[in-house]
Amino acid sequence: MIPCKGIGINDYIAIGRAKVIVNHTDDDYPVKADNPKKEIERLHKAQEVAKTELQKLHDKTLETVGPDDALIFEMHQMMLDDVEFTEMIENEINNNSSSAEHAVIVARDNFSSMLLALNDDYMSQRADDVKDISGRLLDCLSNADSKAEGEEESDVPLIICAEDLLPSQVVSMDLDSVKAIALGKGSKNSHASILANSFGFASVVNLGDVFTNAAVNGCVVIVDGKKGEVVINPDKETLLEAKQLEIAQKKHLAHLQELKGQKAITKDGKEVELAANIGGPEDIPGVIENDADGIGLFRSEFIYLGVDDYPTEEEQFVIYKNVLEKMEGKRVVVRTLDIGSDKSADYFKLDEEENPALGLRAIRLCFSRDGLLGTQLRALFRASVYGRLAIMFPMIANVWEVERLIEICNQVKADLKSEGVKYDDNVEIGIMIETPAAALISDQLAPLVDFFSVGTNDLTQYTLACDRQNPNLIPFCDTHHDAVLSLIERAANAAHENDAWIGICGELANDSALTEQFLRMGIDELSMASSHILKIKDIVLNIDLSKKEKPTTTEIIVDDVLKK
Amino acid sequence: MQTFEYTIKDSLGIHVRPAGQLAQLAKEKKSTITIKLDDKEADTTKLFAVMALAVKCGNTITVTVDGEDEEEAAAEVKKFLEENL
Repeated sequence: MIPCKGIGINDYIAIGRAKVIVNHTDDDYPVKADNPKKEIERLHKAQEVAKTELQKLHDKTLETVGPDDALIFEMHQMMLDDVEFTEMIENEINNNSSSAEHAVIVARDNFSSMLLALNDDYMSQRADDVKDISGRLLDCLSNADSKAEGEEESDVPLIICAEDLLPSQVVSMDLDSVKAIALGKGSKNSHASILANSFGFASVVNLGDVFTNAAVNGCVVIVDGKKGEVVINPDKETLLEAKQLEIAQKKHLAHLQELKGQKAITKDGKEVELAANIGGPEDIPGVIENDADGIGLFRSEFIYLGVDDYPTEEEQFVIYKNVLEKMEGKRVVVRTLDIGSDKSADYFKLDEEENPALGLRAIRLCFSRDGLLGTQLRALFRASVYGRLAIMFPMIANVWEVERLIEICNQVKADLKSEGVKYDDNVEIGIMIETPAAALISDQLAPLVDFFSVGTNDLTQYTLACDRQNPNLIPFCDTHHDAVLSLIERAANAAHENDAWIGICGELANDSALTEQFLRMGIDELSMASSHILKIKDIVLNIDLSKKEKPTTTEIIVDDVLKK
Repeated sequence: MQTFEYTIKDSLGIHVRPAGQLAQLAKEKKSTITIKLDDKEADTTKLFAVMALAVKCGNTITVTVDGEDEEEAAAEVKKFLEENL
């Protein structure tokens, strides 16, 4: 039995058999092989497996996401089917006594550089597809070998064990068989962790080399997110104990399923809106599945990342329209571009900054670049007639910023009107409360907007002066710190005095220990990863605000500091 | 041998999916079906070769169909192009 300590990403527990994913580099593969005939056979087998996998991925995506996203897997099948691609691999094996793996690498490099050399945006992106299908073939080649060692597919739940995973690897996990993810590296906020959590996998990361070295295909693994622990080959007692917890969890999850269709209302009748955070249209099935009241945060920067040039107005319009239509009249809060030197794409050509979190990001960047925000706002207002849109601006610290943003919105609307383009005149305009400054002057900001949404991750990092990506600061980064909570309360009071509503869209929104306190502050909306919504609904349904008031934060702390 | 010209209307040009579907269609025919753009030529059964032509929206390609089922094949390719590209 090998227990390993790490960081739990959620409270789930899962027991299963390890499936180890090794991210190979080209050097891991043998270059030569003695028996070309055998290599060709291995290749053909791997091609068959890869095609079956792609067909499955295609069907699953078609069913859960939609035809547009499923297309990529159809394209990959077509590429795998290409005569020349296969010929080149076979020739490499036959003529140079290469291993099947090395031959795939040779063909991959040849075809991807051919596509890149075309100097054509669309074809350059296809070079990534060639790398993707080649990677799949390489995986199939090595998996075929390990399966030959006696591992058979079965109904046993799988625990994905790896040193680290790419976000795309998390996305392609089979939701039916995979129950948990355990990683040697990674942090709570890494992209893979966030995705793993939104899929509802029990996840523990940052387990260290002990874990990475001990995990082998097929060994029994317990992943306990609550404890932040993974146990490899547990003894009988530990296994039975975990099984009990897993059964209790299943019961609880079944109970949560029954809450679908119910509104989140406290015992004494206070209703709170439970909304979802999304990155794009691909997250919508989870939003609907978990019965969200709307979308409280659509991180529009995902439209800008992972592409080679600024997305056009038309491209953005199609995405916003799609999301608004799918939400069928429920509110969708789109946060405008929140990008800076720590999270950017090459084409932005941003200067390197010493302190990106305090740098030229979000609306600050938009103000310094002509047309950047205008294009996005045009797309948004045009899409607004297809549902109930709300627009939210990030990184606010000054009153003039909000005034200028509203001016830009009015200009965009005036332009559309003169062009005869339809838009909804009732689009709500709101701002993020994520700088202490915004919270402290929230009484001046609230009259200008329809709503606030508190970004607790940044608010915590700026208030406590703690870089949230730095694991050494964990002991100092108390997310329940009175300073943070009293800033939120202050903003809530300012919002309500000015007939605005206030939501929370940071990680604290799904912190069940704070739900009651937030409701007492009068928070109107909590927005979180879809997978948390039912859990928080269950908490809300059991809260009675008319009963004894829990001691909440005091205004005194911040005000006292200010007076001195 | 059948030859005809076609001007691409799809905004992405000849992209992967229709190129793949065309390869499938070409494989089912006995005739050799080639696409020519300027001085570059590709056998339509070869997906990557067709992609390498990087045919854009507005480009005019010359399609050549040569073989025993050329008449029928040419008609089908023409229909495919009109419906998909």
